[in-house]
Amino acid sequence: MSNFFNKSDLERKDAENIVSDTLKNCDDGELYLEDSKSESIVLDDNKIKSSNYSSDLGFGLRAVSDEVVAYSYSNEISKDSLKSSAESIHSTLKSIKGTYNNEIPKSNKKFYNDINPIEQKTLNSKLEVLNKVNEYLRKKGGAVKQVTANFLGEHKSIEIIRSGGEAITDIRPLIRFNVSVILEKDGRKETGVYGIGGRQSYDDYLQNDNWKSVCEEAFRIASVNLESKPAPAGEMKVVLGPGWPAILIHEAIGHGLEGDFNRKKTSAFHNLMGQKVASEGVTIVDDGTIDNRRGSLTIDDEGTPTERTVLIENGILKNFMQDRLNARLMKTRSTGSGRRENYRHVVLPRMRNTMMLSGKQTQDEMIKSVDKGIFAVSFGGGQVDITSGKFVFNCTEAYEIINGKIGSPIKGATLIGDGPSILKEVSMVGNDMMLDPGIGTCGKAGQGVPVGVAQPSILIDRMTVGGTKL
Amino acid sequence: MIKDQDFLKAKAAYCLDVAKKIGASNASVIIGHSISETVNFRNNNLDESNRSDGLAFSIDTYIGKKKSSISSSNLLDENLNKLITKCYETTKITPEDEFNSLPDKNLLADSLKNLNIYDDTHIENDKKIDYLKELESTASKDKKIVNTESSFTEKKSNFILANSDGFCSGYKTSSFTASCVAVAKDEKSMERDYEYSSKRYLDDIKDPQSLGKIASDQTIRKLSPKKIGSEKLSVIFDKRIAKGMLSVFASAISSSAIARGTSFLKDQLNEQIFSNSINIIDKPDIIKGLGSKNFDSEGVKSETLNLVKEGVLKSYLVDSYNGRKLNLKSNGRSGGTTNLYFENGNQSYDELLKINSKCIYITETIGHGSNLVTGDYSVGATGFLVEGGEFKYPINEITIAGNFKDMFKKIFLANDLEFDYSTNSPTMMIEGMTVAGK
Repeated sequence: MSNFFNKSDLERKDAENIVSDTLKNCDDGELYLEDSKSESIVLDDNKIKSSNYSSDLGFGLRAVSDEVVAYSYSNEISKDSLKSSAESIHSTLKSIKGTYNNEIPKSNKKFYNDINPIEQKTLNSKLEVLNKVNEYLRKKGGAVKQVTANFLGEHKSIEIIRSGGEAITDIRPLIRFNVSVILEKDGRKETGVYGIGGRQSYDDYLQNDNWKSVCEEAFRIASVNLESKPAPAGEMKVVLGPGWPAILIHEAIGHGLEGDFNRKKTSAFHNLMGQKVASEGVTIVDDGTIDNRRGSLTIDDEGTPTERTVLIENGILKNFMQDRLNARLMKTRSTGSGRRENYRHVVLPRMRNTMMLSGKQTQDEMIKSVDKGIFAVSFGGGQVDITSGKFVFNCTEAYEIINGKIGSPIKGATLIGDGPSILKEVSMVGNDMMLDPGIGTCGKAGQGVPVGVAQPSILIDRMTVGGTKL
Repeated sequence: MIKDQDFLKAKAAYCLDVAKKIGASNASVIIGHSISETVNFRNNNLDESNRSDGLAFSIDTYIGKKKSSISSSNLLDENLNKLITKCYETTKITPEDEFNSLPDKNLLADSLKNLNIYDDTHIENDKKIDYLKELESTASKDKKIVNTESSFTEKKSNFILANSDGFCSGYKTSSFTASCVAVAKDEKSMERDYEYSSKRYLDDIKDPQSLGKIASDQTIRKLSPKKIGSEKLSVIFDKRIAKGMLSVFASAISSSAIARGTSFLKDQLNEQIFSNSINIIDKPDIIKGLGSKNFDSEGVKSETLNLVKEGVLKSYLVDSYNGRKLNLKSNGRSGGTTNLYFENGNQSYDELLKINSKCIYITETIGHGSNLVTGDYSVGATGFLVEGGEFKYPINEITIAGNFKDMFKKIFLANDLEFDYSTNSPTMMIEGMTVAGK
């Protein structure tokens, strides 16, 4: 655990006093302290391209009064620095009369261990794995034009000090291992990317030479894409594979169910609570409590323990995801969804691991039922316009379906749909729910946070596929 | 107060000294400081104030051709000693790379031009609030507007870049940014749009009423959109989207993409990649320019590049490392382009709209649908159907797709270039793209 007070003139008692004094007439707020270490080691073009290490330390002081948030941060932890942040906040919140809400739920559960993944594996052994990845893939022959592999590791230690001096801490490990390969055949180049990760040590993910299966998967995707034909354009049926394609759920539904957009009534879902927003059989949860998952958190960045929040149950909209501010203004409770990228940012309600639960059908039944459509197995990224509800995502591995059979692979195309209506177009939910491999980062208001997704195979009756073939 | 040059120089010298003493053969360090203050409004009321004050340091240490880097926000000497030592230890076990070294000495910037990119004026939060009040009262005037969110940010930065070859230089920059996002609603739909103004000098910021009016008008005109059918159409890209084509172009001609062989523009130097009416320029010394700089992130002097002349690709964006790989000299583009723009085309905006009897006008795209390896492009889009040069109705939930190699050759430009961003394009038309809708 980081001690934020042993290397500066700022003592814990001073900090507690400044926090209590600043938040005296506020409804909520806290001092958030963060010490993070991260590393990035990249192999590219047959060489170790870079090895970077970064250490970041700082605090953010937040005061909340009614709907107004005053925030000030600095990467200098000192008495002067904290005082000038407090002054900056006072100048914004001049005449306020709130009552500080001392209540914050408690839990002893932890969803990952206090480890430092960066220190648990030597640099030499990381370099060795990266070089092995390069050799392994290059041995596959002349079609391999480029190999990139990297390790990303992070160790983040946080402390939240609330008015009155209550302190809440968390230590968050996070790693990612990625492989990207580019193949060339007859003058055509295609990419395949695969990665794994979560909140354990590198070796937990790399045991039994597991890096080989990551290489194989990246190689397989690139090989498939080398054979791909132009994608069709227009509305058709879409079968989504299990696991990572659930970023559709994340984009189409997840963002629209975040508390802030609904309090502000800018989400297409704001007036649909208790109503049917999805086909029967569709249940979606946002869960921060799955052991060692990328999107899991023991506590959120306001100190609230995370939970499993049911968003949609059997087609009916049940809950939004809330941080403390939006929960208070919407007269509900925080779901432990208050997150921030780091101390430089304010808290926003965010997703953790967003999952559609299994149904009864098989993927086979879905494919067989489609005359003309596409089968999407993997995606790059997605994006949503919260207000209009329109969302997109980009296929990185997809096939055409003709007369109930999987046909040729098709080129990467964007799929576009309408968030509030897409789940009503879901006509089959598979029995094969799968978690993603631990690679997702969600962006909102300029802040990136690690997230997870999961879903079974699903059949969507109508979506627009943005290919080039009419 | 923003830290002055002397403070930053002293820190940089300290870092280089530590690196040298423990045995690094070379080192390069950047020390930066920035302060920014933001006020956010929502529906005519104060919503958030945000002050940030951040120091940052990063160092590359070399032992011959071995290199490693470290960055941190903690500039206490004790921490710097610890991190630089860690960086040096890492460098020792990092494999050699023959292309690693500091930039060539004779390419380093030797003097600084005054680019007028720092305005010392400070605008108090109360004045920011006055501006936002005026902005939001204009933006929310129309009853169809149901939500407005606006912000005003003042940012001041200073930095020093120094290396063990004796380079040591840096300068202050400032920016003032006002923005407004509006949400409009009618029986059938809810839509969002925005407008913003970002300038080096406070006095150059767009006045609050115009900014609010534009945000409001642009949002309201998107209400009750329709989905159109799938067909081949000419697509007109609003300026704020058209500049994205330049960003794709810039990524595709970066020396790293070229050296790795992963760009759809590999081996295209001196080839015709656009029609012969197209010229693309990257000009680092525009007075008050948002992308203006004296040198790149390695200290190499940046000069104006005519990247594309009459449609022919004339130059890549070259940094030292990839330059050595490609046998090219760095042209001061480590860290990317400066003020990048298309020169004006021949026709007016109105003429461009009338070239085709039917086309679509795109104001926003969503998704990450640009593949720089293959050149394939497919994104979600929002905009308007245009017939006979007239905006007919708003459209959404469509995609537009093509391949950049082909699209670049079919670009037509209007003559309405303005320097609102660091990357700028006139309004653009690309003929024969695939539009997917119903």
